[in-house]
Amino acid sequence: MNFSEVFKQSNQLCRVSPDGKYLATCVQYRLVVRDINTLQILHLYTCLDQIVHMEWSSDSLFILCAMYKRGLVQVWSLEQPDWHCKIDEGSIGLVSSRWSPDGRHILNTTEFHLRVTVWSLCTKAVSYIKYPKACQKGIDFSRDGCYMALAERRDCKDYVSVFVCDDWHLLRHFETETQDLAGLEWSPNGCVLAVWDSCLEYKVLLYSLDGRLLSTYSAYEWSLGVKALTWSPSSQFLAIGSYDEKVRILNHITWKKITEFEHPATINSPKAVVYKEVERKPVVANDDLSLHNITMSSTVFNTQSKYEICPPPVQFPVVKPDPDRANPKIGVSTLAFSSDSRYLATKNDSIASVVWVWDMQRMSLEAVLEQTSAVRCFQWDPRRPRLALCTGNTKLYLWSPTGCVSVQVPAEGGFQVQSLSWHSSGDSLMLLGKEQLCLCYMDTDQEDK
Amino acid sequence: RGDPYFHEISSISRMTMSPSRQNNFVSMHSLPLSKSSYNVISAFCTEDNIPQCISYINQEIASLGLSSSCIKASSAGGASLDTVSALNIMYELLQVHWRSQGSLGELEREQLKNSSTLDHLQISNSRLKDQLELSKREKSGLHEAERQLQLKIKTLQRCLKTEKDEVQKLQSIIASRASQYNHDAKRKERECAKLKERLSQLLVDKKDKKLAIDVLNYLGRPDGKRIQWRTAKMATSHEGDMYKSLLSDYEARQRSLMLENAELKKVLQQMKREMMYILSPHKPCARGAQADDSNEQAGSDGEEKAGDPSRETLDQSCEHAREQLTNSIRQQWRRLKNHMERLDSQASLVQNQLESGKEVVPREIHEEEMERMRLEVQQCKDFIHTQQQLLQQHLNSSFDDETAALLNDCYTLEDKERLKEEWKLFEEQKRNFERERKNFTEAAIRLGREKKAFEEDRASWLKNQFLNMTPFVDRKRRSLSDCQSALSISNEPEMRVSPTKAELTKSSTYATISTPKCAQNAVVPSTTELYRTLRLIPDNGETRAKSKHRVRCGDLSIFSLGEDENSLNFRQSSAIVVDSTLQTT
Repeated sequence: MNFSEVFKQSNQLCRVSPDGKYLATCVQYRLVVRDINTLQILHLYTCLDQIVHMEWSSDSLFILCAMYKRGLVQVWSLEQPDWHCKIDEGSIGLVSSRWSPDGRHILNTTEFHLRVTVWSLCTKAVSYIKYPKACQKGIDFSRDGCYMALAERRDCKDYVSVFVCDDWHLLRHFETETQDLAGLEWSPNGCVLAVWDSCLEYKVLLYSLDGRLLSTYSAYEWSLGVKALTWSPSSQFLAIGSYDEKVRILNHITWKKITEFEHPATINSPKAVVYKEVERKPVVANDDLSLHNITMSSTVFNTQSKYEICPPPVQFPVVKPDPDRANPKIGVSTLAFSSDSRYLATKNDSIASVVWVWDMQRMSLEAVLEQTSAVRCFQWDPRRPRLALCTGNTKLYLWSPTGCVSVQVPAEGGFQVQSLSWHSSGDSLMLLGKEQLCLCYMDTDQEDK
Repeated sequence: RGDPYFHEISSISRMTMSPSRQNNFVSMHSLPLSKSSYNVISAFCTEDNIPQCISYINQEIASLGLSSSCIKASSAGGASLDTVSALNIMYELLQVHWRSQGSLGELEREQLKNSSTLDHLQISNSRLKDQLELSKREKSGLHEAERQLQLKIKTLQRCLKTEKDEVQKLQSIIASRASQYNHDAKRKERECAKLKERLSQLLVDKKDKKLAIDVLNYLGRPDGKRIQWRTAKMATSHEGDMYKSLLSDYEARQRSLMLENAELKKVLQQMKREMMYILSPHKPCARGAQADDSNEQAGSDGEEKAGDPSRETLDQSCEHAREQLTNSIRQQWRRLKNHMERLDSQASLVQNQLESGKEVVPREIHEEEMERMRLEVQQCKDFIHTQQQLLQQHLNSSFDDETAALLNDCYTLEDKERLKEEWKLFEEQKRNFERERKNFTEAAIRLGREKKAFEEDRASWLKNQFLNMTPFVDRKRRSLSDCQSALSISNEPEMRVSPTKAELTKSSTYATISTPKCAQNAVVPSTTELYRTLRLIPDNGETRAKSKHRVRCGDLSIFSLGEDENSLNFRQSSAIVVDSTLQTT
């Protein structure tokens, strides 16, 4: 495993182009595009203000940079560095900006969710979509880029509009049976739209592309409901994480529950492997603490860690949520299927230092990773069943069915990994610190072995 | 209750002290006795009133019903009494006195016993009363507790009721608030929507100059096509596309399901074939003809199907064929299940047999092992015993007299045990002898009868002789003498016995003493040897006793038995004495 040198970044704005060739990073108001292999700077663009949001177009030809405070969006072209585009939303304000799947339109959501403006880069045409709903996930594009589902709120009722992304033709518009729609998500095959209600009510509705209600699922009543929802890449499973610290798996034929995964604080079953991260402070001699060594803080203050397999029963540290505050830190908030739909990784917010890996073939718990600190982020390798996670310290953790490993990031100055994202090839991993970034290259040969 | 009793005791003690106790036993009988009464009695009889006294006493005695004989004055009006009658009466009076004394004592004892039982009963009564009191108190306490609990329950129930009411109230409050909130939220949302509308309207009206896109040159579409005008045709094409994609999705899903179904069907077919294959060879032996027939039918059906794979694939989608397949599979499966169950039961039977067979072998082994262990234990015990003996012997040889005597005690205990055994044996023998004696007496009786018959014969013969009046008188005399000798035989054995018996008893005692004396000559006799010798004595004694009894079985009596016991005991004690002497040496 190799690590690149550390680069500067701000606002954790670093994206690899969808074709995997370029790496774009934002440093204050500058946009830097590098070659992913050589890490040489290919282009340098200067925006009008500090960049808040940055996004690659689907064809990897354009980069969108949004400056929400100024209500500005700037678009840069890789092929034509001289080409420029500036969209000004004016006094209406801007809260969100994104590419349409074709990479020729930009969708801006204005302040107060007054409307969604669709800017075309081809014709200069502007379209407005009124009444977008301000919610967890109000817009979702189907995987093939054909359709866009938009949650709307009119006359105190929830609606879903399905647009054809090609020409923004409104294909379907239907009312949903929700009290307060919280989000919607297309199945990967683009035929089913999952809609879930706000956390006050456990309700998941499944609509066909043509607006027919396929099924309604509700696990319980009177308690806080759905917290997160994920489709498996095969569209076969729908995993619903909820506030009752469970994940329920629905099947794609009858839309009934197949099983539910509990996230208890103690594990008694000997079937699952429990990896526990154990930290070990390096023994430091007194003379090492002399002045000239303070610069080498990374070696002095960093601790080494390794995984130990704990025999059951294993007890995890639980943080009791404050009942008086909104959005209690309990329940399954993060779910991720591996690329082959074989594994599901979950995180229960009340046991934030633990990641659970479930085997979807056996429908059982495969492994549990107990970290020393709260897990910030985890992501599956897009090619292999390999999970990378970080906990905001100087280490990178990897899990695969064969085992678990913790890697010290050898960067100087205490590089703390806040977030990570895989390269689409699965060969490298981008690690994001607070104001730095670093690429980690997987040893492919070793992996083959 | 206690006072008269004490009085009695005092009077008795006085009685025993008084020298003239026997004279005044009558008055003593009447209690309480006092000094004054004694004085009266002492003045009872004087020189002057002897006859009156006598008559009075006679009367008294008669009234007591003691005897017919009365005290008579030896000489009328004389001072002297007829001593014999007086003494007799006195004796009788004494008897009466002792009897009454005895009965009195008994009564006293009885009374004591009764009083003690009374005491006991009273105590128990009081105790029970206490208990009753206690339980009553407990009961009342429990009643009180129950009452309190009842009260508590009542209050709690009241609380519960109020809580329930509270809950209901709160629920209604919550519901009303929720509805109020919903209403307000809706109102706010509406207002918000209105505001938004207004804002967007304003923004549109204002013609926001800033709202603009500044593009250097327009881009081509990624697919290279030109932008089309929105037309109805476009809309329909979009619809078509949507439905196409939906259709393709459904088709894909159906295809996958078909594949899955086909796979499952294949599995079912294979299962069926294999089941048939498994079941067919077992059928004739295990089943009746009827079952065979049905199986054959099913089998032919299956074969038909298996023989025509093309038709099968055609049939796959056909409802009827599917039903047939599932039905036949079900049938086969039922049959297989039955078969398996039968096999299972057989297997379990066989296993049971095997298990039972297995169990026998270990038991035998166990028993052998146990026997071996027992033997070993016995050997070990013996070994320990001999070791102990040797140790004892060793110790005894070095110990002084006292300890030796102490140790001997245990030997006497052992000896006693052994004696008991001997005594049992002896008892048995006694019974045997009894039987023999009976036989003997019977024989004697028989002999008497024979003798009688003989006498009769002789009488008849004598009569005949006498009647015949023959001149052979001397011959008659000779026969008479013969008869006498025959009679004397019965008496003779006893005469012979007494000296032999005396001799025997003497010899036995001598023998018992002499045998240890012989052993005494040995330098260091071992305890085992000693035991052996000791054991020898009772054996000899037994035989001797036997012989003795055989000798005197004719007059076996309880008295003689007692004598035997004494002799035996004597022998034993003598042996012990010898033993102790041995140890001292």
